[in-house]
Amino acid sequence: MKTIKKSGLLLFLIGLTIFTGTIFTGSFSLTSDEFGSFIKEKNYKNELIKDELQKAVVTSENINIFEFSSRVRNAYKVSNEHYEALINKYDSEKNWTKKGEQYQYKIYGKPHSLSFELAKIAGAGFAAENPILMWFLTFGLGILGALLFIIPDVILLGKPGIKNNGIFLNAATNRGWIGWFAFVFLVGFYILLYFYPDYIVNWVYLVDSISESINGNLASQWFLYGFLYCIVMTVMAVRMYIKYRHNKYQILRTTSVLFFQIVFAFLIPEILVRFEKPWYDFKNAFPLDYDFFFKWNLDELLSSGGFGLFILFWGVVLTIVVVPVMVYFFGKRWYCSWVCGCGGLAETLGDPYRQLSSKTLLSWKAERIIIHSVLIVVLVMTGFALYTFFSGDDQVMGIKTQSIQDIYGFLIGAIFAGVIGTGFYPIFGNRVWCRFGCPLAAYLGFVQRFKSRFRITTNGGQCISCGNCSTYCEQGIDVRAYAQKGENIVRSSCVGCGICSAVCPRGVLKLENGPEKGRINPTDILLGNDVDLMKLVNDKN
Amino acid sequence: MEHIVIIGNGISGVTAARHIRKNSDKEITIVSAETDYFFSRTALMYVYMGHMKFEHTQPYEPWFWKKNRINLKKGTVSKVHSNTNKIEFSDGQELSFDKLIIATGSKPNKFGWPGQDLNGVMGMYHKQDLDNLEKYAPNNQICKRAVIVGGGLIGVELAEMLHSRNIPVTFLVRENSFWGNVLPKEASAMINKEILDTNIDLRLGVNLKEINSDENGNVKSVIIAETNEEIECTVVGLTAGVSPNVDFLKNSDLEIGRGVKVNRFLETNIKNIYAIGDCAEQHKQIGYRKTTEAVWYSGRMMGETVAQTICGNKIKYNPGHWFNSAKFFDIEYQTYGWVWPKPKENEAHFYWEHKSGKKCIHINYDKNTLEFIGINTFGIRMRHEFFDKVLTEKNSINYVLEHLADANFDPEFYKLHEPEIVVKFNQENNTNIQLKKKSWARIFSV
Repeated sequence: MKTIKKSGLLLFLIGLTIFTGTIFTGSFSLTSDEFGSFIKEKNYKNELIKDELQKAVVTSENINIFEFSSRVRNAYKVSNEHYEALINKYDSEKNWTKKGEQYQYKIYGKPHSLSFELAKIAGAGFAAENPILMWFLTFGLGILGALLFIIPDVILLGKPGIKNNGIFLNAATNRGWIGWFAFVFLVGFYILLYFYPDYIVNWVYLVDSISESINGNLASQWFLYGFLYCIVMTVMAVRMYIKYRHNKYQILRTTSVLFFQIVFAFLIPEILVRFEKPWYDFKNAFPLDYDFFFKWNLDELLSSGGFGLFILFWGVVLTIVVVPVMVYFFGKRWYCSWVCGCGGLAETLGDPYRQLSSKTLLSWKAERIIIHSVLIVVLVMTGFALYTFFSGDDQVMGIKTQSIQDIYGFLIGAIFAGVIGTGFYPIFGNRVWCRFGCPLAAYLGFVQRFKSRFRITTNGGQCISCGNCSTYCEQGIDVRAYAQKGENIVRSSCVGCGICSAVCPRGVLKLENGPEKGRINPTDILLGNDVDLMKLVNDKN
Repeated sequence: MEHIVIIGNGISGVTAARHIRKNSDKEITIVSAETDYFFSRTALMYVYMGHMKFEHTQPYEPWFWKKNRINLKKGTVSKVHSNTNKIEFSDGQELSFDKLIIATGSKPNKFGWPGQDLNGVMGMYHKQDLDNLEKYAPNNQICKRAVIVGGGLIGVELAEMLHSRNIPVTFLVRENSFWGNVLPKEASAMINKEILDTNIDLRLGVNLKEINSDENGNVKSVIIAETNEEIECTVVGLTAGVSPNVDFLKNSDLEIGRGVKVNRFLETNIKNIYAIGDCAEQHKQIGYRKTTEAVWYSGRMMGETVAQTICGNKIKYNPGHWFNSAKFFDIEYQTYGWVWPKPKENEAHFYWEHKSGKKCIHINYDKNTLEFIGINTFGIRMRHEFFDKVLTEKNSINYVLEHLADANFDPEFYKLHEPEIVVKFNQENNTNIQLKKKSWARIFSV
């Protein structure tokens, strides 16, 4: 068994190395024909960019993606700078007509995204030409290796039950060198994905045929991400099934997040695209889905006929009615650890890191300030967006709606939710985004704390303060602080993953939906002591 | 301001300190020789097993003590001078008190076995024992085999600890079945099986004769008394129970029996000196409880109680219904009320075991009045509040079985065994008890 596990690890690492190495392979250039049809499709009105791009990319030279990207970006830069100079020139000459004319020649868009589009056409080399073979050497080996690494645990972990042996003695799960390596890798991956998509164009080739079979188009980096996300979750769900095979709550919960990720977040939206409908994830509620009320999205929905209107209606009902009502009955866990994609990744890929979340009072304070600030910002931004949508005015009190949206998208949408939210798993635990950043979690938290039937019941006086519950709480809740007082846990941040209950050696914790009365039950004297003393002291509260 | 000094920073002493702080402004000092901060002794095993770091076993962050104005002093108390209201430390320092609470806990029993002080022989009670184990049994290269002597809760924990690092374990148990002096034989047999299934070399009905040493004073082997068998090993865990840690009081004016003798107010024979937790010995049994109780929950309850007395609300130590819990490898155990290894004359046992051999319950009840007396539950979690109420209201076993769904505390979606349990009881007793559906209204009495 150990040999299988080790060879699995080896295969996984080979797959990972090939995957990473693929970035550096291939040569990129366009033929005149390819270039012609690209330009035609783009319908640029400016001649300069055509010349510049042609010089840059129509070549017989053997150039790699980095050089290619740099040439393309330079071409756009030269062209844009040329017209900016003209704008400035006409501006100083007060030639408003001429100045106005120049704007149509400027080309907008992120340089690396423009370069990605060209690179997607330009690639040649092993990955681009043998995508299926390369798929098996990267994804295939990775999946196979990971499964071979994971499945022997059925035997190696011993009998079903909580087997957290060695977690804090292992460099992978105790912020050792493996953890830091994983951190660097994940952060690097997200930076490339969000900001340098052209550099990972070779990866995108590998999933082109899968993309075509689902949505009819070649893959974008976002398709790659969605696909990878599902694969990673599926493989790591197998690990969950093995690790918690004695615990039906964990089995069902894992199945649920996996289902919602694959069907709702991946397949349905991609299939919608095939039928020329807007890409929409029906479970992704505002304000986690922060651009739902952005003008471009509303415009798209309104122009998509009855289906678009339905999405608009559903999106509003989901946030205003479905989400809070469900939280009232079941706690926010129904969303955060049964449905949500971010939660889904955290509960599968992130599970090995749950013990790394900080439980200090300081981190709780920071958490409340940060997550509620994000909620306020997203609401203000949405106010701006709606004002812009209805009034047509692109700014409010001198602040451009677009700028706020761009800043939020960059800082929160990309850096916080992606780079930090997932990249920091191996260092700060698996719920960094959910705990500190997610505005939807903040909203659900209010409902859960103040108007819900959900609580984690503490079983009378049975707690021995061992600390397993707090240690394994991914949300950094000091569960023990409540349990050792005989008090139920009613915290806005609890996502109801149920691991505290699973790891408790004395059967003290149970996630329950029950009457609101008596849900919050502060006690000083615990059950089991003198009844008169309990009455005397506890009734003072 | 009155100065309360507490010797011992375990659950008893710390609970007392917290409650004194809640109720008063008195100056509080906790003295410990073991660690800087309070930690959960029951969690030491998880540190060795790598489930937690030692910091995780500390229920309060270091700022807690300062914020609550509880002074922490590290030092070994060597004497208590009751005439001058002072305690003396081993380095000669002294500390004055107005009231003193002795909460020094227990120490592992050693029964004078030859070789019991060799290198590699240890209990599993103190933080220092954990450090020792880490030194002598860091892995199965250095520790080829460990022998555990004594089949109680700490013994089985130590076996689990060593097993987590793949160290072969031989487990010597004096009784003919594990914890056979506490558990009825069926449940005890289930735990025997659980231990054996984990590949622990469990030896029942045997005693330790001696521990042999190599030329460097390290453990080399043990000899079993009954068979004279020699078992080679490098670590010996002595887990044959604990006794009150009161040796430092032997020459004081305090009345000492097994532990520090206290009355129902947890007062010793000397005014202003109290004793709580494992180290306190009641003059008379309270109910069926032993006069000394080395149990986490009892320590906590005494801490809660003595704080009231010290803060002017003099109150008797009057623990409620007995409860306890433990875990034997993967099998969780809870008990509410009293279940003896064998029913007393007026009592009968009802036993149910799941076909997996991993879950069972024992209910002890009065065969004449049918009053419920206690339950042992293995592999099924049950609600403390439910049984506490049942015991207070002296409900019958029929009532308990009817409402067993209310009692269940297993995580959601777990398979429920209540119907099967009730059917078995009906068959054996020719009764027609009907299981009621779980009711929140009853559970929360709303």
